[in-house]
Amino acid sequence: MIAYLAQRLLVAAATLLAASLVVFAMLEVIPGDPARLMLGMNATPDALEALRNEMGLNDPLPVRYLDWVAGMAALDFGRSYTYSVPVIDLIVERIVVSLPLALISLALSVVIAIPAGAFAAQRRGRAGDALSMGAAQLGVAIPNFWFALLLIYLFAVWLRLVPAGGFPGWSAGIWPALKALLLPAVALALPQAAILARVTRSALIETLGEDYVRTARAKGLPFGTVLWRHALRNALIPVLTIVGLQFSFLLAGTIIIENVFYLPGLGRLVFQAITQRDLIVVEGVVMLLVATVVAVNFLVDISYAVVDPRLRAR
Amino acid sequence: MSLLAIENLSLSIDETPILKAVDLSIEPGEVLGLVGESGSGKSMTALAVMRLLPDAAKARGSIRFDGTDLLKADEAAMCRLRGDDIGMVFQEPMTALNPVKTIGEQVAEGIRWHAGASRAEAEQRAARMLDRVGLPSQKFPLSRYPHQLSGGQRQRVVIAIACALKPKLLIADEPTTALDVVLQAQILELLRELVAESRMGLLLISHDLAVVTEMSDRIAVMRGGEILETGETAKTLSAQVHPYTRQLALASMHVPAGRRISSSLEGKVPPKAAEGIAEGWRGAGKTTPESGFESWRTAARTASGPSGHLPFEGGEDVTPLLSVENLRKDYPGARISLFSKQKPFCAVDDVSFTLAPGRSTALVGRSGCGKSTLARLVLALERPSGGTIRLEGEEITGKSEAELLPARRAVQIVFQDPYGSFDPRHRVERLVAEPLGLLRPAPDRAARRELVAEALHQVGMKPDDMQKYPHEFSGGQRQRLSIARAIITRPKLVVADEAVSALDVSIRAQILDLFSELNRTLGVAYLFITHDLTVARAITDEVLVMHEGRIVERGQTAAVLDHPRSEAARALVAAAPDLRRAIATKMREQG
Repeated sequence: MIAYLAQRLLVAAATLLAASLVVFAMLEVIPGDPARLMLGMNATPDALEALRNEMGLNDPLPVRYLDWVAGMAALDFGRSYTYSVPVIDLIVERIVVSLPLALISLALSVVIAIPAGAFAAQRRGRAGDALSMGAAQLGVAIPNFWFALLLIYLFAVWLRLVPAGGFPGWSAGIWPALKALLLPAVALALPQAAILARVTRSALIETLGEDYVRTARAKGLPFGTVLWRHALRNALIPVLTIVGLQFSFLLAGTIIIENVFYLPGLGRLVFQAITQRDLIVVEGVVMLLVATVVAVNFLVDISYAVVDPRLRAR
Repeated sequence: MSLLAIENLSLSIDETPILKAVDLSIEPGEVLGLVGESGSGKSMTALAVMRLLPDAAKARGSIRFDGTDLLKADEAAMCRLRGDDIGMVFQEPMTALNPVKTIGEQVAEGIRWHAGASRAEAEQRAARMLDRVGLPSQKFPLSRYPHQLSGGQRQRVVIAIACALKPKLLIADEPTTALDVVLQAQILELLRELVAESRMGLLLISHDLAVVTEMSDRIAVMRGGEILETGETAKTLSAQVHPYTRQLALASMHVPAGRRISSSLEGKVPPKAAEGIAEGWRGAGKTTPESGFESWRTAARTASGPSGHLPFEGGEDVTPLLSVENLRKDYPGARISLFSKQKPFCAVDDVSFTLAPGRSTALVGRSGCGKSTLARLVLALERPSGGTIRLEGEEITGKSEAELLPARRAVQIVFQDPYGSFDPRHRVERLVAEPLGLLRPAPDRAARRELVAEALHQVGMKPDDMQKYPHEFSGGQRQRLSIARAIITRPKLVVADEAVSALDVSIRAQILDLFSELNRTLGVAYLFITHDLTVARAITDEVLVMHEGRIVERGQTAAVLDHPRSEAARALVAAAPDLRRAIATKMREQG
């Protein structure tokens, strides 16, 4: 178990290192002088030179790379070129929206998908299976912004249960903030749940064909009980893999939904930074996302070992 | 009234008849052996009793168990019976247990479900049951997972699950087929004890006539979904009234023609004299039930085939085909923590032996003794940790792939599983031609085709078969194809890794004949890896007995198997089921 964890940690560290090198190199290749960008086209060469020295832009490459990495380790991602505020402040401001949104949608996705997948697997080839998998097919096919618009029309415009968009901030109280995140979370969760339900179903159908399922049936357990007690846990590995991937996507790939609901999330921050060539913000967010993906994958690896005792022996 | 009475049971899946009017009955405390070849419907009969048939299966007739008709019972009633009054043990212990649950949970689950026992109480009963099947909780705590146990231990857990609630009927479907002979003997003994203890009825299903004979009071012979013959074991097998019963019995004891002389007289009699004996044997018209047919074939062969195939003794004057010296293979130990590992595991430990050209040698031993590792080393699929392997005097250890080409050409392999060893998407021509890539210069298309046709001819297949896919052939035909693939490069040595153990007895007899014939016509030597002593006896001149990585005994096959000296060999011989011996014992028991 220790060796397994150590090995996974090593892989995680190597991934982070490689990603930081790639991100750093890419920004070196992209043309444009950050100092000029900050001071404007009319800046004097002296002022430019002074700022460049101050920002460390004249140091040799390895020194700058190390400075950058050391800064990030201390959560110092530099200052935004356009807003002149620390990048970390911009990120924190957005992550308090994006992280809860991602967690809620993921939870919804899992809560919908696993029972739906199990339901379909249990009725394989019958009407219930066809019906739930047909719904899942629709869920995958229909774009989530369309769901979002329908949800807004139904719950915000017609029933007036929740606001149609915007985010009041956590300072306005937990309930109003959660209410603002509810519809976007549902809109994000539905397609994810549809994918996850299909994965759950096929993984379950595969495990239901295993010999130990027959052994459990020979013990006298009804089919449904066998499915939940014996097959499901064995089918979890592919499900967990997909859940891990979905979380990373939900954290940063939500720009369309953020725009539909006018939410100040990470997706919109990156989008704005790219259009404004605020590369240092892009760099910071990308590195943060890489770190999250690596951390989530590490958690998924640990969860494999929790689910399957054979991995613990390694 | 019988405990179980199956009457006129017919079963079909998608209009294909699987069982035809099956009648069987079992009394309390009785062992009924159900024997037949694969696809004969044995397992389907068992699953019909459990009502665990595939959804598409339709059953007619009646299965009365303890007064209730199981075919009419609803699912809830079946759930009450399964695991409580009827227990079942399956063939494959490696996959029959849930890998993510502890053995304690799995044994206790049925007890909690049926007896409504509390967790603690159920675990206590599970511990007692595991203790009963030979897994005492001091050594095998309930918190063990299946992967921490060996195959034999897992099968004990499966038996504990099936017998936890003292069922009235136990169905064991090939319970020992996946185990080596020593484990098989232990598991069979355990089943016998459990039956005696609680007057349980046992339906023992097996393809192995010797196992069934040894175990059962009555026997039923099945073929093509029909029960051909049923009756008291001793009577049925000694009389062999039904031709199919007789055929099964013959096939289980089959020795390829010509080999019976060579194995008993080898080294003592020059070839000519042996031929004379064969003649004399035929002339004397000696026809014991199993030898009449044999002697006819022997005579036919000796008359037509080249006669100089008799293995020679010693062979110091020629270079040995293969010589292995002080061979060793260690596998690194599992890592316990970041800085320490378990001791490396020594799979092959200081092994030395030689194989003479054209001879066939058995490598026998229990599962896990290192025989497959040794085979992989000989095939240069793995690098040894120490020692040398010489092929015709030339060292092959530590050579590059390019330098190994001639050796690869000279040593080929036939695998155990005729289903798994072919790519299902390739045609036979391509599959059999695969090793031709080892020839230099590589043959062109026409030449390849010719070689494939010749190889197919040699294994008794038709040239037309070239254009077919593997799924179009039966298990036995596929094994012929793997042999064709092995001999196409004209190898000097073929390693056969349990090459006949997945086959039914009658098919096995044919494949053994083929091996024997190719040995005679092509002069190819064999290294037969097997746990089945009947096979070793039938086809090999010499035997190497392996135990815990070492070769503990070697000698002429007949001599070693009749008078084993080492403890490991004695254990193997004692545990090996033997039809003749089993029938004799039954005759004494049942009068």
